[in-house]
Amino acid sequence: MKILVSVKRVIDATVKIRLRADGAGVETAGVKFSINPFDEIALEEAVRLKERGIASEVLAVSMGAAACQETLRHALALGADRAVLVESDAILEPLTVAKLLAALTRRESPGLVLMGKQAIDGDENQCGQMLAGLLDWPQASFASKLELKDGRALVARETEQGIERLDLPLPAVVTADLRLNTPRFATLPKIMQARKKPIERLDPAALGVDPTPRLEVLKLEAPPARRAGRMVDSVAALVEALRTEARVL
Amino acid sequence: MSELLVIAEHDGRALAPAVLSTVTAASALAGHSGGRITLLVAGQGCRPAAEAAALVAGVGRVLLVEDQAYAQPLAEALAPLVARLAKDMSHVLAPATSFGKDLLPRAAALADAQPVADAVRVIDARTLVRPIYAGNLLQTVRVKAGCVFATIRPSAFAPAGVGAKAAPIEAVGAEPVALRTRTLGCEAGASSGVDLGRARVVLAGGRGMGSAEGFKRLEPLAKRLGAALAATRAAVDAGYAPNEWQVGQTGRIVAPELYIAFGISGAIQHLAGIKDSKTVVAINKDVSAPIFAAADYGLVMDLFQALPELEAALADDNSGA
Ligand SMILES: Cc1cc2nc3c(=O)[nH]c(=O)nc-3n(C[C@H](O)[C@H](O)[C@H](O)COP(=O)(O)OP(=O)(O)OC[C@H]3O[C@@H](n4cnc5c(N)ncnc54)[C@H](O)[C@@H]3O)c2cc1C
Ligand SMILES: Nc1ncnc2c1ncn2[C@@H]1O[C@H](COP(=O)(O)O)[C@@H](O)[C@H]1O
Repeated sequence: MKILVSVKRVIDATVKIRLRADGAGVETAGVKFSINPFDEIALEEAVRLKERGIASEVLAVSMGAAACQETLRHALALGADRAVLVESDAILEPLTVAKLLAALTRRESPGLVLMGKQAIDGDENQCGQMLAGLLDWPQASFASKLELKDGRALVARETEQGIERLDLPLPAVVTADLRLNTPRFATLPKIMQARKKPIERLDPAALGVDPTPRLEVLKLEAPPARRAGRMVDSVAALVEALRTEARVL
Repeated sequence: MSELLVIAEHDGRALAPAVLSTVTAASALAGHSGGRITLLVAGQGCRPAAEAAALVAGVGRVLLVEDQAYAQPLAEALAPLVARLAKDMSHVLAPATSFGKDLLPRAAALADAQPVADAVRVIDARTLVRPIYAGNLLQTVRVKAGCVFATIRPSAFAPAGVGAKAAPIEAVGAEPVALRTRTLGCEAGASSGVDLGRARVVLAGGRGMGSAEGFKRLEPLAKRLGAALAATRAAVDAGYAPNEWQVGQTGRIVAPELYIAFGISGAIQHLAGIKDSKTVVAINKDVSAPIFAAADYGLVMDLFQALPELEAALADDNSGA
């Protein structure tokens, strides 16, 4: 069984996000980019399934600018066998990403698509569910445990009510939550090997997808700053402040 | 006039509190021009929930759809129904809860629409504000054409009231679907007894709680204050607290009157979940912890010393109990 994993190139989770001087976007000059943390977890899960003999091939897919090749190289170093870059400098909304992934899924016929539950830049949390809808496949979002058995996926998913367990037939779309696993680090030999693995480059049009955005971004702004706080030197002073100043006790 | 569909999250008997906030957002989207808000209650044996839905202020109509396929709230079953109903709607809204986030994007994809995720403010009928980058930026987006699909962040909108006047309930047919997914059950962790999403006071513990037993030390104070308990990802990963207590970019979003962080460093991913809290207190023994920059009141102290002192100071206080 083949597993398709989507990996997005995002500003690293540790970077302090700053608005560009013109206000039209986020400062990216000199900023560290990484593979979206949730996608790293999805990829790790796929690679483990291959190591256990359950999957035969792991295909990593990314959409975006040419620089996404770095992200794909990293995915190859982490254990993906092959990579596809759908190259575009346009803004790719979740619906577009899902349509591109649907086209690739039809071409590649994986038994499972593993994705992150959300990209930490846009925080959309949509692509996996949209892809499952477009393909009319079962879905399990926010997975914290995954087991494949007899053509079915047993998934534990994180909800506000607790851990929900689902049983769904493959092929299916599963999106990873943080607790699914702890990803490995890429080793130097693997990084060297990854250089030789293939990255196919495609154009969105070649997949028959029109990437025109449906939403218009009118404004990007920093949220209003919180009023400056102050330090108190004892529990008594804290309780006093909460009672008389903040009036929350 | 706009036609707004709000997808109700419910357990067959009652609505999830987040639905009430979603109705408030729907009213704001309807705006001055007015509009009709329809609450969709799909399930099986869920007429009580529909009756509760009919009493929500601002709701003009309840659609009740009962079918075996909807016995569990699975996106796979519900999305085709929502997509069908969307054809007659100007807006389709769901709360940005695990239920809404699972369902709405799938339904929108079937309707070839791009939803606005996690809206925190309404500008006009087609324009919403949403946080991105863990709440470090706010993005104002306008849906250019067609039906507006959106999930609504419950903590950003006050809950709609519940009145005495009931809106009409209309039963409509299900959308046939060959359901493949089976639900095997749901295991909840220990509940803190107070709903995290609606608590007036939230006490959150981080890795500084040291152990599961250490985490329990928050309980007496929580009881005294009627507070819900919450945790950081580090505390959950370490097994100190159940998953569903996690607050932050990838957990729950809370906006209580009072949020007290015990042994929490203040990573941006955690702060993303508490930004709209009215008063934030941080108790941490490290003076350089970033949480202090995000707090209204900071106290540099060992939390295990602070906790009994807080309990003692509040013991003779009746107003907060
Ligand atoms: C993609 C992504 C998503 C994430 N999502 C979330 C999320 O949703 N929610 C979340 O919380 N995190 C999230 N994280 C993790 C986040 O980055 C931090 O790692 C986490 O919040 C740290 O938790 P902490 O503050 O409990 O632990 P630490 O950073 O280890 O801080 C512990 C603090 O406790 C203090 N302390 C220790 N002992 C005591 C004592 N006895 N008394 C007083 N103070 C003490 C220490 O001084 C320290 O400041 C995410 C990370 C990533 C990469
Ligand atoms: N440009 C992209 N390239 C590859 N995968 C993506 C892209 N955008 C989103 N995804 C995938 O979709 C998941 C959810 O993203 P989102 O819905 O944008 O939060 C991510 O974790 C990725 O796996």
